[in-house]
Amino acid sequence: MASILCPDVPSPGFGFENCRRNALLENKGLAFPKAQKTGTTIVGITFKDGVILGADTRATEDTTVADKNSEKIHYLAPNMYCCGAGTAADTEMTTQMISSQLELHKLNTNRIARVCTANMMLKQYLFRYQGYIGAALILGGVDTEGSHLYMIYPHGSSDKLPYVTMGSGSLAAIAVFESRWRKDMDEEEGKQLVRDAIAAGIFNDLGSGSNVDLCIIKKGEVDYRRTYEEANKKGIKQGNYKYPKGATNILSTKVVEVEDVMVTRIEPERMDTA
Amino acid sequence: MPPVLNAFGPAFADDWRDAPHSTGTSIMACEFNGGVVIGADSRTTTGAYIANRASDKLTKVTDHVYCCRSGSAADTQAISDIVSYHLNFHGMELGVEPSVEVAASVFQELCYNYRDSLMAGILVAGWDKRKGGQIYSIPIGGMCVRQPVSIGGSGSSYVYGYVDANFKPKMSKDECIKFVTNCLALAMSRDGSSGGVVRLGIITEEGVERRVILGNELPKFYEEGSV
Repeated sequence: MASILCPDVPSPGFGFENCRRNALLENKGLAFPKAQKTGTTIVGITFKDGVILGADTRATEDTTVADKNSEKIHYLAPNMYCCGAGTAADTEMTTQMISSQLELHKLNTNRIARVCTANMMLKQYLFRYQGYIGAALILGGVDTEGSHLYMIYPHGSSDKLPYVTMGSGSLAAIAVFESRWRKDMDEEEGKQLVRDAIAAGIFNDLGSGSNVDLCIIKKGEVDYRRTYEEANKKGIKQGNYKYPKGATNILSTKVVEVEDVMVTRIEPERMDTA
Repeated sequence: MPPVLNAFGPAFADDWRDAPHSTGTSIMACEFNGGVVIGADSRTTTGAYIANRASDKLTKVTDHVYCCRSGSAADTQAISDIVSYHLNFHGMELGVEPSVEVAASVFQELCYNYRDSLMAGILVAGWDKRKGGQIYSIPIGGMCVRQPVSIGGSGSSYVYGYVDANFKPKMSKDECIKFVTNCLALAMSRDGSSGGVVRLGIITEEGVERRVILGNELPKFYEEGSV
């Protein structure tokens, strides 16, 4: 017997009572909302003296550009940086937390943290959450063993490669790398290649846009180029549409007197605690 | 879906970009008189996109034990990291290298206990003093069985007949390498989610010798239009 005071115990297992309704709604063109994904182009390459990371700066919320100049290259350690694609909040919090753990690791061991350590910490953290932390990362850095570049997927798998791209603009960017990347490029060549890969994402992928950020990591030296290039510079207006001062005629003036208002302050009464 | 001007939808409608990372794979391991030969293709896919065309699916566990991974990349990487931790610890405690059988057991333990949440088909192969070259196959449910030759991954279904027809016990090393290479080349050519290069590992008493056979150096068989 069911009532408000004594409800029925719900039957265990899956409920399928809404399936028919959902199918009907879908037929009428009311499909389920798609999970929100942030479009991004992030890339990384190894070159003669280290690694170069690159990112666009568009952050989207559905079809709206939420931030026209967001920072997608995150600090991890003095010798390591990490590009993030996917859910912005997840990439931010994940890199911040691993960064803190790496700092403690450095203090405990008195050594510069290695890139493979960061890779392991990131992939084990993401694997624990089975893909629910939507962070797709490109990890790059230089340590005692040389320069390293990893890409890490939200489900917790990682690949070590000489050049990588991720995010919705990854297809446009990988095309640039596949045709032009060579072993042991110099810094200027590398910067140009990364710029071109990000530009390919910015111009050919709707989810990516705005500026190019670069981060060049060499042994004992980091060059973080926030806004390396403004890919979409605003044009200058041909004419000036401002009215000069005094263009509007004053036909009449009227001054209204406002009467004084008394303000009295009431002291708060103490609570009776006797 | 037809291309639409200025519509934001289509670029984001494709869900393959965040599909779990899988290794639609061709992997193989084969015993010969002095050890085992292991081999794999090098393709890692996310849906229809090749995320990595040069991946290494032959993963070191100890000096004399390797595993061939197929299924979810995240799952198999996590498993092999955990197993190699356990086996290294075990080796340090006992002062002896863990046997291939023990390695396979640890793999099986994880694959069986977590069978509901894992997608992993693993071949454990290696050499030890007691039983020489050995191969243990651990398919998706977490079973563990020793086989003289074993194939795995999506590409394997195309070459079961070839393996059964051409496998001979106690082959020489070179014969075995040729056999594994042929099998993988055939599997890769028929299976869309396998491809790239063939990576090989030859495990003997001396340790492991790694080889790569590039895509243009793969053995050729009958192809329409080639004759």
